Amino acid sequence: MVKEIERAGIPVVHICTVVPISQTVGANRIVPAIAIPHPLGDPSQPADKEKEIRRKLIDKALQALSTEISEQTVFE
Amino acid sequence: MKLELGKIPIHDVKFDSESRIEGNTLYLNQEELISHLMVDENIKSITIDVARPGDKTRIMPVKDVIEPRVKVSGKGQVFPGTLSKVETVGQGRTNVLKGMAVVTTGKIVGFQEGIIDMSGPGADYTPFSKLVNLVVVCEPVEGIDQHTHEKTVRIAGLRAAAYLGNLAKDIEAEEIETYETYTVKESMEKFPDLPRVAYVLMLQTQGLLHDTYVYGVDMKHSLPTIIYPTELMDGAIISGNCVSACDKNTTYHHLNNPVVEDLFKKHGKELNFVAVVITNENVYLDDKERSSDWTSKLVEFLDVDGVIISQEGFGNPDTDLIMNCKKIEAKGIKTVIITDEYAGRDGASQSLADADESANAVVTAGNANMVIELPPMDKVIGYQEVADVIAGGFAGSLKPDGSITAELQVIVGATNELGFNKLSAR
Amino acid sequence: MSKIRVVHYINQFFGQIGGEEKADHKPEAREGFVGPGMAFQASFKDKAEIVGTVICGDSYFNENIEAETEELLTMIETFKPDLFIAGPAFNAGRYGMACGSIAATVKEKLGIPALTGMYVENPGVDSFKSKVHIVSTKDSAAGMRDAIKKMAPLALKLALGEPIGSPEEEGYIPTGIRVNFFEEKRGSERAVEMLLKKLKGEEFTTEYPMPDFDRVDPSPAIKDITKATIALVTSGGIVPKGNPDRIESSSASKYAKYDIEGIDDLTAEEYETAHGGYDPVYANKDADRVLPVDVLREFGKEGKIGKLHRYFYTTTGNGTSVANAKKFAAAIAKELVSDGVDAVILTST
Repeated sequence: MVKEIERAGIPVVHICTVVPISQTVGANRIVPAIAIPHPLGDPSQPADKEKEIRRKLIDKALQALSTEISEQTVFE
Repeated sequence: MKLELGKIPIHDVKFDSESRIEGNTLYLNQEELISHLMVDENIKSITIDVARPGDKTRIMPVKDVIEPRVKVSGKGQVFPGTLSKVETVGQGRTNVLKGMAVVTTGKIVGFQEGIIDMSGPGADYTPFSKLVNLVVVCEPVEGIDQHTHEKTVRIAGLRAAAYLGNLAKDIEAEEIETYETYTVKESMEKFPDLPRVAYVLMLQTQGLLHDTYVYGVDMKHSLPTIIYPTELMDGAIISGNCVSACDKNTTYHHLNNPVVEDLFKKHGKELNFVAVVITNENVYLDDKERSSDWTSKLVEFLDVDGVIISQEGFGNPDTDLIMNCKKIEAKGIKTVIITDEYAGRDGASQSLADADESANAVVTAGNANMVIELPPMDKVIGYQEVADVIAGGFAGSLKPDGSITAELQVIVGATNELGFNKLSAR
Repeated sequence: MSKIRVVHYINQFFGQIGGEEKADHKPEAREGFVGPGMAFQASFKDKAEIVGTVICGDSYFNENIEAETEELLTMIETFKPDLFIAGPAFNAGRYGMACGSIAATVKEKLGIPALTGMYVENPGVDSFKSKVHIVSTKDSAAGMRDAIKKMAPLALKLALGEPIGSPEEEGYIPTGIRVNFFEEKRGSERAVEMLLKKLKGEEFTTEYPMPDFDRVDPSPAIKDITKATIALVTSGGIVPKGNPDRIESSSASKYAKYDIEGIDDLTAEEYETAHGGYDPVYANKDADRVLPVDVLREFGKEGKIGKLHRYFYTTTGNGTSVANAKKFAAAIAKELVSDGVDAVILTST
């Protein structure tokens, strides 16, 4: 899905847990997520902490979208 | 470690006042079995039914399939750590009721439950249509959460299988098959010239309805480890009703693991079957990396020449599969992987979510997206209306006449990735 | 049983009308066999009969593909065929395209089996191998006998609805379409045998060759993210409670688009997941864990982004074919472009 949207000229950042799949299928901007059932959350944390984690991930995603790249890049 | 399996063929199951096995018939006092299962306070009701090969019967949604077994001699009891005490099993003698199984059904817990048709086109795709199935319909009390519901039904199934197995404890089996694994040093001395082979058994461990238990341990919390193949035959590994029906390994599959059986057939003749390495398929990337590192370390440590890797499920576990394959091949050990495919209903899409050129020896169990038409049956045990929501079904899967159009995914064991079936794709 | 009625398609050259100078020959239909049809007829013995032959010039066909396909289809249909054979075209490019196109169309529109034959490098192979069986032939007409030896029996099998063997057994070019069939041995036994061969250094055939995944060049970065409209897309199956559009839990056949105007947080009362591939408990309690609407709203208010797009797009990635995912994404991308969305955050489970 990432590729088709990117093909249309819109930059996409893929937030996903299984980075190798994302790399294999060809996403260009990748931000590693927390876990498959909760990519942008961590139920073991209190609500405010969890929100903070999510904010940090989105920050990273925005940074990825603002960064020029020439090849597949994982924004750790 | 040496285990003898005493095979007792069961051709029919009949209800009677006393539970017993006579000849090839199992007689069941169903009230006794029901009260045996009702000990769990989370169970509201249990009903028992029998489905025979060729019957116009559909069982759904199926949670697990279990073969009744009992320890005759040797340490421990079947299903150690889950039903019986934790004690190493896999040696001595175990009696097996061949030709029958316990099938659990009841109100749906999650999408990952499936269909067994006892006749018609669907029956060709599930190995369980060839068995006499004692169906346990287990309904939970109101208001319990999904995790408790799943566990309740899982344990009830094991309990029923152990109850039936127990009826065969004192029967002298006519056919006995012996399986023996030697220690590392022994086997090297015995078969110095044979290629050393290990089996990497990947177990689904992704949360609700995706878990597998080893001696009672939820495998997602374990690092990969080594197990004797005969331990599987005594129920050391049981299914937490993992993933889509077509490629979940039911407890029956674990008890009768076909890779183990087929490696044993060549053991001491063409190869030396050293050990089974069990590993998990977790939801965290770090776990995937760590477990596949560990798997490759273990097979290297065992000094094997070749490895068969079997997968469970699809999607992100394709990555675990490819990681295992890639890392083991990188150590100079040859691999063959067993998987299934999600190539789309028309078969035109890429089949796996991940790929690597080192995976050059693949056995496929078929395309799970293939659409199949299941005609109406005279009798449905369970709930047919869940056809639209289980994995592989879609809105309108269930027709008013009781027929079902769905993907092969919905059929229990259809594309089993242990290689239990003959189905393949090309 | 009556004989199978066969219609055969050939070009101007094999129709003995002429060479390149006659490549603009207009379509014509003749009773019975013409040219290579004679050898086919001999091969069929009394099982099948070529009732008609349709001939068209290679250039004429390729310059008028759509109109010609229609016209030829009508000609073919009047013979009431049970089976259609085109070529073989060997390595003739335009002839190959014509054979592939017309065979695929006949198969689809008339619902009868169709077969053609080509050299593996013929451009017609790539275009049509997934739509119609193409027998692998030599690169020139010198391979006619060999081609007919393979094509005739396969054609009869197709016509009689008999099971078709593997590409190696039957001599056709792999279609790229994965088809289920029952092997003689179970999978575990095949795996053990394959491993033993691999260990001995003997030849073995993988049952699934690894695919090549294509690549897309990265789009340029967003210059000023604080002005950008950002859309959320997910394959994690987040939907309004009750899954109103009934997105499948696995192997999704559709995606859905939901308005989140005025929604600051995805609550357990309003949203859930329809995805059947992971433990849904966490997403059902708080769907922001998969689709971070809450944080993006905050970022919008804080001026860290321009704004969150009014709609989010969702499907379930579980067991969904690449072809479907591609189709959904292409449709989604089109809407996003016309809605002026600058960037996309796509979340997967």
